[in-house]
Amino acid sequence: MSDQSYVRTEMLGEKPPPSSQVGVVKWVMENLFSSIPNAIMTIVSVWVVYYILSGILPWAFQSSWNATSLHGCRAYIAETYGEGVEGACWSVINERWKQLLFGFYPKELYWRPVVTLALMFVAISPVLFTSVPRKVMLFSVIYPFLAFWLLWGGSIWLPIVAFLGLVIAYLAIVYLPALVGSLGATIGAGVLPILFWIVIAGPIIDGLNGIAPIGIEGVDSDQMGGFMISIIIGVSGIALSLPIGILLALGRQSPLFIVKTICVGFIEFIRGVPLITLLFVASVLLNYFLPPGTNFDLILRVIIMVTFFAAAYMAEVIRGGLAALPKGQYEAADALGLDYWKATRLIIMPQALKISIPNIVSNFIGLFKDTTLVSIIGLLDPMGLARAIPADQNWNGIVWEIYVFIALLFWIFTFSMSRYSMYLERKLATGH
Amino acid sequence: MKKTVLFGAIAAVGLTAGMASAGTLDDVKAKGELACGVSTGSPGFSFPDADGRWQGFDVGYCRALAGAVLGSGDAIKFVPLSSKTRFAALGSGEIDVLSRNTTWTFSRDVDLKQTFVGVDYYDGQGFMVKTDLGVESVLDMDGATICIQTGTTTELNLADYFRTNGMTYEPVPIEGNAEAQQQYLAGACDSYTTDRSALAGTRMSFENPDDHMLLPEIISKEPLGPLVRHGDDNWADIARWTLNALITAEELGITQANVLEMAKGTDNPEINRMLGSEGSLAAMLGLESDWAVNAILAGGNYGEIFSNNIGENSPIGLSRGVNALWTDGGLIYSPPFR
Amino acid sequence: MSMADQAAEKKAFRLSMLIYDTRYRSITIQVIALIALALVGAWLVSNTLSNLEALDKELGFGFLSEPSSYDINQRLIEYDSRSSHGRAALVGILNTLLVAFMGCVLATIIGVTAGVARLSKNWIIARLMTVYVEMFRNVPILLWIVLVMAVVIETLPVPRSFKGENATSSMILGDSVAITNRGIYFPKPIYLEGSMIVFAAFILSLVGIWVFGRWAKKRQARTGDILPTGWIKLAIFVVPTLLVFFIMGRPITLEYPVFKGFNFQGGYQMRNSLIALWLALSFYTGAFIAEAVRAGIQAISKGQSEAAAALGLRPKRIMNLVILPQALRVIIPPLISQYLNLTKNSSLAIVVGYMDITATLGGITLNQTGREMESLLLLMAMYLSISITVSIAMNWYNESIKMRER
Repeated sequence: MSDQSYVRTEMLGEKPPPSSQVGVVKWVMENLFSSIPNAIMTIVSVWVVYYILSGILPWAFQSSWNATSLHGCRAYIAETYGEGVEGACWSVINERWKQLLFGFYPKELYWRPVVTLALMFVAISPVLFTSVPRKVMLFSVIYPFLAFWLLWGGSIWLPIVAFLGLVIAYLAIVYLPALVGSLGATIGAGVLPILFWIVIAGPIIDGLNGIAPIGIEGVDSDQMGGFMISIIIGVSGIALSLPIGILLALGRQSPLFIVKTICVGFIEFIRGVPLITLLFVASVLLNYFLPPGTNFDLILRVIIMVTFFAAAYMAEVIRGGLAALPKGQYEAADALGLDYWKATRLIIMPQALKISIPNIVSNFIGLFKDTTLVSIIGLLDPMGLARAIPADQNWNGIVWEIYVFIALLFWIFTFSMSRYSMYLERKLATGH
Repeated sequence: MKKTVLFGAIAAVGLTAGMASAGTLDDVKAKGELACGVSTGSPGFSFPDADGRWQGFDVGYCRALAGAVLGSGDAIKFVPLSSKTRFAALGSGEIDVLSRNTTWTFSRDVDLKQTFVGVDYYDGQGFMVKTDLGVESVLDMDGATICIQTGTTTELNLADYFRTNGMTYEPVPIEGNAEAQQQYLAGACDSYTTDRSALAGTRMSFENPDDHMLLPEIISKEPLGPLVRHGDDNWADIARWTLNALITAEELGITQANVLEMAKGTDNPEINRMLGSEGSLAAMLGLESDWAVNAILAGGNYGEIFSNNIGENSPIGLSRGVNALWTDGGLIYSPPFR
Repeated sequence: MSMADQAAEKKAFRLSMLIYDTRYRSITIQVIALIALALVGAWLVSNTLSNLEALDKELGFGFLSEPSSYDINQRLIEYDSRSSHGRAALVGILNTLLVAFMGCVLATIIGVTAGVARLSKNWIIARLMTVYVEMFRNVPILLWIVLVMAVVIETLPVPRSFKGENATSSMILGDSVAITNRGIYFPKPIYLEGSMIVFAAFILSLVGIWVFGRWAKKRQARTGDILPTGWIKLAIFVVPTLLVFFIMGRPITLEYPVFKGFNFQGGYQMRNSLIALWLALSFYTGAFIAEAVRAGIQAISKGQSEAAAALGLRPKRIMNLVILPQALRVIIPPLISQYLNLTKNSSLAIVVGYMDITATLGGITLNQTGREMESLLLLMAMYLSISITVSIAMNWYNESIKMRER
């Protein structure tokens, strides 16, 4: 029997890994100093971050919140933090934040835009969350009219009668095919409501107003401004551009040469010129193109041009959605014997739109940011107010504070939307 | 008014319909408010205050006109306009009167088809420099960098002036007063040129006004005044005589405080004619007999509007200078109410 | 064919076939569309004409040949206040093209760097790039332009601080470049007699580089040897031109900017408005390009880089020879649309006073002449032709690098 005394009878305890392989040190070595170039880049980046923050933070925090003018701010900062300290004058935001958000909307009516915004989330919830009952869709259809009424106020009959036009379109789609075929029904759904709005709506509204003058206090367009106007223009631009965009996208894919040429021409024209030129058209030319005497207010003219602008981009997004649909879907629809409009309405569009949602959201983000351009043609959106507020002698000389505030507002909105769109993209991607 | 309903239902957004062929006066009365184009922000002349109420010298005239036509200085809608959109807005009927420190020039009057109704502020283009620049006159500024507000007559005057004097300069065109001020203060331009009234107001708002000075030269005439569309003479008359009423009121000592008292009748026939207790001047304009009373009630006479918004006791601190009444040696002069 | 047959055929065509027969229906729809378009067009034109008549205005492009009466600071061609409005518009177009070109180049550099760096293993670099991308993407470009302009104006030294005994700032690169808050001044080359020969030498050496590159490639394919092409190309690029330059007695000299009076005089000036617009557009667009680049690289399956590694390629070569060529096909289409966006966004030059086409033709000219209709239509036509030209060129390029499936 050999001597086996050198064999251990029990296991040794685990030794801790070398200090360079654990915890903070390992993480730092791997992620920050893995090689010499990496280490240099790390040091440079840290220096850049420090440099930027050391410039901004003291300015942002050595600030005045309650002064009533820029002179007051400067006096307060000099007194509190010493002479020569450059501090932010947040007092201007403190005094004007309501104006930057709501423009000149009457103070006692601020609840109306807020409610409108809250209801908007309800209205788009069927798109946001699949678990929402489909009946909410009905509210989504009513919402635009409700939102208009809440924001502009006035008689309740105008939005109700305008909504009746949509009901007529719906009825035409449901009942007309039996009478005139589906092409006729589609045309009818387009023409009948317009006839209704032009010919019958006016007298009906007048009549109803005479019988039962129900309404809330009206607010004029010129009292709207600030962030509210960015949201109004952005949201209505996207919402109105959706149907036009769908038609343009279908037209662009159509085998009919003339229809296709018209659609391609429109899309490429709009996409080829900057938005600002279209806004110039809205502000100085649009009135020339309309019959003498008609006079839209500027917000409406801007919404019209922004809608055209968004529609061209929307058409491209939806074209992408259509192209991404498997060919089998088109063939299956044909095999079922559906005609073009039925196939489009029941099979193709619902799927194409669903694929396009993330792109529609990013389209909206772009449009929403671009609404700041309306300040150049004199609308008092946040950027416009950033120019108007320093004209008040109290705040003459203010520069950074208002811009920082606006940038933060936009950032919060668009960043959360882009995150949402990414989430949606992941969700839709796993669906296949 | 059919059109209102029609487009209102289609677009479901409120809008105004004014027939260009019908008189502007009837349109304004039908709408119940006066649409007045003002600057998006010009210190002392027009700016929205914290409550969103428009203030300023240009705004004061608009309120007086609204008072004359509709009886209340608040029956008014302000349309902020950039220098690019101002004439288009007037031409298209979007606004009824433009009161946006606009210079009366030949081409604007004749070629652009505007009707200037008078001059409410005689201005001239001046230059502001920092005192430590060591410049005494514009003629010392050969090769300087100069900030100008684009879209105004000032950039044309500047080009002409430097050309005639054989000097070169580098123009820095800027959209608004706030940005121009920022560039000037940071030294991105040596001088800032615009109407002297605006320069004076801007200078007073600086942290140390004494570090800046206005150069003595005034290189242009800038008669600023309200204007209306070509072709509606009755409306132009109303706009013109409202301005004249404000001026005459100052001349005759009628103020916001005593106008109601005076309207009951005085010994001075001109006051009586203007304020409507005698004669039928109002009817000739197509207005109520108390039109001038309401115009003055809206914001006071010319002198009051001046001193409340841009005068020596206001933050802008302009002296009357050439804008004093002719009786005080100035240029402000109204034809008689007869 | 009998008369009866012909009659029957004629009868076979009924009006209702225009709607129900698919052979005719498409024609019907198109004719209706065409008529509708013509009607809308006629309606718009007649409205415009009657509105113009009511305002007593006439259409016409005569104003383009009248003197403009305003000055432009940043210009690539000769121009003064006696030049015509048309020439001012031309200065504007060139300025638009200048900033668009500079912007596209810088945005590409920033975007590609940031996109690659965002995938870096270095934690802090990757985070910083994420912060950069999210910060710039989510704030309106208009705000960025204004903010960058404010930073340029407020942080850079004024020209006067370069002057005198106790100057607080100094020029860089051997007193040849001055960075001020009015812009960057840098030397301007002066071409003397004989400079044409230097140019000819330069062009010849460019041709030489190209020829050498082809030859080296062929040689590599034949023998497998790899020449240090980079160094040789550099030598061909530099040496002959320099030689000719000195032999000809240095025919190209530089005019340096010197502080005189109020400003630096001489040399070239790149105005602060151009710098601010250029940087803002580049950083903003760069953020979008970074996202496109990142998506492009991530779209290449990991198997590709692993296969390349298995072949024994070094990481740098994997990137250059395997990943990037494939990723480019994914990256190029969004890149084109970003270039077009940048060009269109350059129309915001007006807020910092850079005199591009929108600021000259669509700004001051429109303002001073009151020709809204003509100016705006012309302005839109200009942008449209730039956009169409760029997209045609880019599509052609895109087509040429398309994956050729064998």
